[in-house]
Amino acid sequence: MRLVTRGVRFLILAAFAVFFVVPVIWLILAPTKSDQDLVARGPFAFGAFHNLALAWQHLDSFSDHLYRMWIGNSLGYALGATAIVLVTAIPAGYGLALFRFPGRNLVLTLTLVVMIMPAATLVLPIFLELNVLHLIGNALSVILPFAFFPFGVYLAYIYYATALPGDLLDAARIDGCGEWATFRRIALPLARPVIALVFFFSFVADWNNFFLPYAVLADSTQYPIQVGLSNLLSSTPSFNPAVGGGGQQVNIFRPELALATLLAVIPVAIVFLVSQRALVRGLVAGATKG
Amino acid sequence: MLMKAPARWGVRARITGMRGPRAHGLLFVLPYLPFLLVFGILPMFYALYLAVTTDGGGMAGLGNFTRTFRDYRFVPAFEHILLYTGVWLASLIVLVVGLALLLHGRASRVTSTFRFLFYIPGALAGASAVLVWLFMLDPSVSPGSLLLRASGAHLFVESIAPARLPFVFAMIAFWTGAGGWIVVLYGALNTIPQDLEEAARIDGAGPVTIALRLKLPLIRKWVAYMAILSVATGTQLFIEPQLVNEASLGLVPDTWSSNQLAYQLAFRYGDFNGAAAVSVDLIAIGLVAAVLIVKRTGLFRTED
Repeated sequence: MRLVTRGVRFLILAAFAVFFVVPVIWLILAPTKSDQDLVARGPFAFGAFHNLALAWQHLDSFSDHLYRMWIGNSLGYALGATAIVLVTAIPAGYGLALFRFPGRNLVLTLTLVVMIMPAATLVLPIFLELNVLHLIGNALSVILPFAFFPFGVYLAYIYYATALPGDLLDAARIDGCGEWATFRRIALPLARPVIALVFFFSFVADWNNFFLPYAVLADSTQYPIQVGLSNLLSSTPSFNPAVGGGGQQVNIFRPELALATLLAVIPVAIVFLVSQRALVRGLVAGATKG
Repeated sequence: MLMKAPARWGVRARITGMRGPRAHGLLFVLPYLPFLLVFGILPMFYALYLAVTTDGGGMAGLGNFTRTFRDYRFVPAFEHILLYTGVWLASLIVLVVGLALLLHGRASRVTSTFRFLFYIPGALAGASAVLVWLFMLDPSVSPGSLLLRASGAHLFVESIAPARLPFVFAMIAFWTGAGGWIVVLYGALNTIPQDLEEAARIDGAGPVTIALRLKLPLIRKWVAYMAILSVATGTQLFIEPQLVNEASLGLVPDTWSSNQLAYQLAFRYGDFNGAAAVSVDLIAIGLVAAVLIVKRTGLFRTED
């Protein structure tokens, strides 16, 4: 009886594992096949490396190296915004955790509420606001909104409020360190784990964001990769027969689209794999704090 | 672990804080404030302002709200996202909670492998996940083509038939997000004291009884958190229908979801006031959900 229960449990888990993993395996194998192979051969057959090379050539020559540009833009937006996030969020979390000042509770509550609200809620309002400020179409119209990352402030706040030994800070102050020096020499080095966490979450959130850059950027050479992928999708005849002729000219078929998707995921996948432990801890902290 | 934050640190933080000059705290927060203000708070107020004014800047009262509500696309869009959110929510609550409980049944290396496998699609968010699923839904190339055909879809356009879309989008959202939530709930389950479970076992409770009668009530808060957050996120759906619209030759309207409608009002018609009104509707949903989570679930601390 007990063996049966365990068997059933394992089977259910395995079935879901198949559901979660099969699309990923398919995506990894797809660019090694030609468009006809994708239809004719088994979904998990490995094609050939020269198909992969060919797919990359087609992808790379699409609109004069546009794909590379998109990846570069994404890196620029995500790294630029995340740098600002680190500079603003870590001290803010520290200040909120260790000092009481007028307005502290208000800042904390607003941060929490905006953090929990889905990011998409504010995209159109931010667009309307940037429109008034004439920032639309500018790289800053992506980087500055990305640089507001309340979850980063919250992670730093929780870390400093719970994990930082207060005695250490007191000792530093007694030794004559000013507030700024205490933060620079004691609190900042101690926060390395949370800095890594904020970096990863902010980078991933920016890299994967579609809606905001889709709304505020008009020129395809400015697109980040996520918006670029949608641009590529509309050039793929398999999904958009209307561009049948266009698809021939630009050589973007399903293997190219699959390769584009796969490459777009790699930076985030690396971050996920390298930092899985830290991320998991962060997720748990993000949901259960205190 | 961060989640086991003992209360005494809070007390100590307060003492430290009282020793330090008060103004210093504000200095540390200062660089962050403009961002909170300009990209967190102001957009909401500006949207509200646009929503109650006219193109020329005059007062419109609730005019923009009633006007957009009467738009023939408004109600269908809300119906779509509500159906989608309902399906997604049900799948999260039944499947994510179920899988987390199954995984927690017995700690082993197998469990952590499964948790990792479930988590992998989390790396594919945004457009990438949708593109992967466009392939998965194309019977000519999908590894699940047998399933698709069995469900009556022989062509890609049949896979994304309007009646299926809420389910398709719920599946995509489940595929990318479930792993993260399973990890969260698993972490929450780990905080249940071992002796509680032990005591139940000695009392003769089987694994199913322990899971449903002991563990589930103890992680109620986290399930509530997941549910409220998912309602808020679900109603904001944009990228999935937008990409499916592009891949379906307009078979799926570009105003399928409410956020898309707001987007089209702004971008195609230049009707910023109408777009703002729809945005305000959506902000209200998100805001209510966020305040509920902060104030009611007790999962987030604003006081030490």
